[in-house]
Amino acid sequence: MALRIEPRRNVTTMTRLLAPVTAVVLTLLFGASLFWALGFEPLTTLYAFFIGPVTTLYGISELLVKAVPLIIIACGLAVGFRANIWNIGAEGQLIMGAIGAAGVGLFAPAGLGMLLLPLMFLAAMLAGMAWAGIAALLRARFSTNEILVTLMLTYIAGFILSWLVRGPWRDPMGFNFPQTALMPADGMLTPLDPRFRVTASVFFALLAVGLLWIFIAKSFAGYRLAVGGAAPRAAGYVGFSEKSAIWTGLLTGGAAAGIAGFYEVAGPLGQISAVISPGYGFTAIIVAFIGRLHPVGILLGGLFLALTYVGGEAVQVSYGIPAHITRVFQGLLLFFLLASEFFTSWRIIRSGGPV
Amino acid sequence: MSSKDQTAAGAETPRLELRDIGKTYPGVVANDAISLSVAPGEIHAILGENGAGKSTLMKIIYGAIQPDRGEILYDGQRLSHNSPAQARALGIEMVYQHFSLFETATVAENIALCLPGRMELAQLSARVGETAARYGLNVDPSRMVADLSMGERQQVEILRCLMRDPRLLILDEPTSVLAPQAVEQLFTVLRKIAEGGCSIIYISHKLDEVRALCQSATVLRGGRVTGTADPRQASAHDLAVMMIGGDLPVTEHPPAVLSVEPLLIVRNLSGRPLGDQGRALSDISLDLYGGEIVGIAGISGNGQAELAACLSGEATDLGAQMQLLGQPMPARADARRRLGLAYVPEERLGRGAVPGHTLTQNTILTGFTAGLIRRGMVRYAEARARAAAIIQGFSVKAESPAALASSLSGGNLQKFILGRELALDPKVLIVAQPTWGVDVGASAFIRQRIIDQSRKGAAVLVFSEELEELIEICDRIHVLSEGKLSPSIPRAESTKALLGSYMTGRGDPLATKEAP
Amino acid sequence: MELWIAIFAGTMTAATPLLLAALGEVVVEKSGVLNLGIEGMMLIGAAVAFWLAISGWGLPAAFVGGALAGLLSSALFAALALLFMANQSASGLALAIFGTGLSAMIGMGFGSQPVATLKALDLGGLSDLPLIGPLLFSFDPMVYLTLATVPAVWWFLTRTKSGLILRMVGESPENAHAIGYPVLKIRLAAILFGGAMAGLAGAYLSVAYVGIWVENMTAGRGWIALSLVVFAAWRPWRALAGAVLFGGFTILQLHGQILGLPLPSEALSALPYLATIIVLVAISQGRKRRLDVPASLARPYRPGA
Repeated sequence: MALRIEPRRNVTTMTRLLAPVTAVVLTLLFGASLFWALGFEPLTTLYAFFIGPVTTLYGISELLVKAVPLIIIACGLAVGFRANIWNIGAEGQLIMGAIGAAGVGLFAPAGLGMLLLPLMFLAAMLAGMAWAGIAALLRARFSTNEILVTLMLTYIAGFILSWLVRGPWRDPMGFNFPQTALMPADGMLTPLDPRFRVTASVFFALLAVGLLWIFIAKSFAGYRLAVGGAAPRAAGYVGFSEKSAIWTGLLTGGAAAGIAGFYEVAGPLGQISAVISPGYGFTAIIVAFIGRLHPVGILLGGLFLALTYVGGEAVQVSYGIPAHITRVFQGLLLFFLLASEFFTSWRIIRSGGPV
Repeated sequence: MSSKDQTAAGAETPRLELRDIGKTYPGVVANDAISLSVAPGEIHAILGENGAGKSTLMKIIYGAIQPDRGEILYDGQRLSHNSPAQARALGIEMVYQHFSLFETATVAENIALCLPGRMELAQLSARVGETAARYGLNVDPSRMVADLSMGERQQVEILRCLMRDPRLLILDEPTSVLAPQAVEQLFTVLRKIAEGGCSIIYISHKLDEVRALCQSATVLRGGRVTGTADPRQASAHDLAVMMIGGDLPVTEHPPAVLSVEPLLIVRNLSGRPLGDQGRALSDISLDLYGGEIVGIAGISGNGQAELAACLSGEATDLGAQMQLLGQPMPARADARRRLGLAYVPEERLGRGAVPGHTLTQNTILTGFTAGLIRRGMVRYAEARARAAAIIQGFSVKAESPAALASSLSGGNLQKFILGRELALDPKVLIVAQPTWGVDVGASAFIRQRIIDQSRKGAAVLVFSEELEELIEICDRIHVLSEGKLSPSIPRAESTKALLGSYMTGRGDPLATKEAP
Repeated sequence: MELWIAIFAGTMTAATPLLLAALGEVVVEKSGVLNLGIEGMMLIGAAVAFWLAISGWGLPAAFVGGALAGLLSSALFAALALLFMANQSASGLALAIFGTGLSAMIGMGFGSQPVATLKALDLGGLSDLPLIGPLLFSFDPMVYLTLATVPAVWWFLTRTKSGLILRMVGESPENAHAIGYPVLKIRLAAILFGGAMAGLAGAYLSVAYVGIWVENMTAGRGWIALSLVVFAAWRPWRALAGAVLFGGFTILQLHGQILGLPLPSEALSALPYLATIIVLVAISQGRKRRLDVPASLARPYRPGA
């Protein structure tokens, strides 16, 4: 008797949900055993990692601060991923967005008042789009692999940032720290509550989720992109342009990452320094996958992965466990998700042997 | 049966004997109580239409599928192989309809991969040359497979089997890639192989070929044996009755009423090949009038894909002088579709339809030109209703518009795609391989709907490898061979011999006159 | 003159980890599998090798350990890509992210402790020869070993039956399965080989090239190695040429100031990445190149599925 696999004919909402949920559960189980192996009481550590941080209002605010960029970027990336456009360099686009926002904030003439924030927003978005646009141009014009180009551009963006904050943009009053001056008050978002760091960016994240939903579930543009991703030859057959899919996919991701950069600069950071993101651009890829490129999934996935950040910080503070465990968890989560997806798209059956 | 055959059968143990073979899949009985016997050196036909259970039976003999019931005797021994590798070790070889050659390797390397032991290419090439000469095959061992024509690839496949001294050779629809003249050459090779004592099982749905080549035939329909015959003696009518339960259904073909001006004009179209194995088109001119069906005959790989892509708009970079409905041809496929052009491609899953999308979503794929989009938003309710109408109007076997395209059988998907395109009421319709892999009943239905559309005034262009089909439905036929288009041949003059001579590039000296 | 000799020597040592990883990936991709996780495997290999070295196991053990660590981490990818038929790009990415985290965790305790790095081979009189000595006979053994791997991989892929089988599995796994070859086992072997090579590359970086532990010390070299494979059109000799070219860019960055290039150091640091993009663009131009791409690259396959 041999085992055979065959594609599932009906993929229900239940089986769709199964993979991410299984992946989360497996990651938790693995996390518990990892804590145990490191010599910690698994359940309490797990509690400290995943539950403890969100038992306070402050913790929830911090969770949202981390979730906002993840959700915004993942919504943008999902558009490209649906079209099989692999923008892996959202981190670089976020950096360029932050630079764009900071540039306007630092150098725009004073007295713009209410106009400053929208200008920073616009500059960040355009900077992110421009950075992703390089990859789009090269892919559309020369079919250059966008995975490698967006990644290389991420490293280059890092060097540009480093040059700016150590060189021309360094805060002259900053005791030689590699960072710019703080944004002017008009260029800062006011926290929703003075006790916390979370700003109105949460509403923008929700807006991004809503826009993604309309794009995917209703719009013809979203339909064309999905056809191109699922069956490129079918897209060619009816004349859906591959080039416009490349541009749409990459520019949307770039815009979203740039906007996330704006919210970092105008929100929790208030300036740019040599390191401005704990890998949001990369983690957002996992958010998009764990959310199965669906807006609601991305919302939940963004919250969960934000939890791995705050949890990592929490266990570092209280147990001295290195915060890098966050990355391990994130990688594992993606591993488990990819493995679980197998069971939702295939059925394992016993192939009937000879009677 | 002749007396000679009887003594041969009586004196020798059959090379292969099937007893009561059965195989059931969920919802389908693929094979039911199939028994047959093949003598050494015999060429035995398995005759049946698409879906009769031929492929399942062959895969059972070849060890790729395990039967639920019954037994297989090979040289009188009960066979319990369960993999093609074991079958090959016993001397059973199979040439699939879609070849299993590696294109980036040479002929010799391809053969070496199927032989045990070390790879000594020089020595092997010599042996390959000898074997090829013995059977009248013409194969250069040092050539890359990617550079070979379909007919040459088939010779390599057969040679690869012969290098292993087979005792039973199975061929699955081997002539679908050959011009009529090349079919004759293939038969000569097969007869030589059989003379050497190797038995051959020849799977086909073509009556005339089976009657020309085979000494015995087992006819399948719906997974069961419906008769056995000596095809050299039996009439085509008798075989057809066994195969499909009656004569081939005929289509109604009212006379064509042509439009005054051609709806599609192509002038001096030349272009480079698509992909690595394409064929460049050379100086093609074509007029297509409303009300007529024009056929493009020829073996795939002679420019068919390129011509279809140029007309549909998939190949936008192939420059051409074309007119559609009196206007210059727009560059992009979607713009052509908005003018009234529709296209049913040869490749259904992945090109004509998105496999992982529902039938509703697949209706939007081409229905976007006809009311399914409003202000940039998809009207899903309308799309669902249209999908349901297509399912009903074209008797597509699908649970609902929510069924995935990949869950449909090939024939049903073809009905859906054709229905979807006809629902747009196209003025110019291009159909490639309309009935490829479709059973007889559905084929007749599809052909009739194509004829009906042309008689409503549409200009129809049909690409097909099946000459019988083109002769049946077309008003005139061009042959596309090596990228060149033959003169138009009116229906009345279209014979397989004449078309075949154009397919081999020789042309017919008498048929020089141009059709209207 | 001394400077140019130093630049050449530096180029070769900078090229070595790139070449090791790229040669491994050539074999992986020739079998039809795209493993984007080189960066992660290199980091894990680097961390494990460094750990073995500072724990006093000796450098040979460090290299073997690094290779084994890379191999084991590639097994994770193999499980996803082969057994579960997961999207190979996503699986490779998961490996890259996981490797970054895991290596940083392993490296937490290393601090800024240095290890004694791999020494140049002492070839007696040969190394002392003027000009030729420093140019040809003064490298560490891994450089020579890596250079020897180039013809070995070339010979395997183009001259042996096993190499032919591997390439054909990469062209059409269906056909290879149909004529009786165990596609998944062959691909598994290729992936594990690629993992071991990436692990070795990481080990070279940590215990031969740098000598102290730096978090994320590969700094994108895994991704550059991937670009190299494309640049090399999946051919070992061209991978060597590409690795030397990229090694040169890395060294240019170190010697840029000395050479008096009027650029900020960040611009020089960005050079290898910029060069990668330029090279990728240059090579995606040719139409003929499509024939070089393994036809089934990154397409999940399981017999009977």
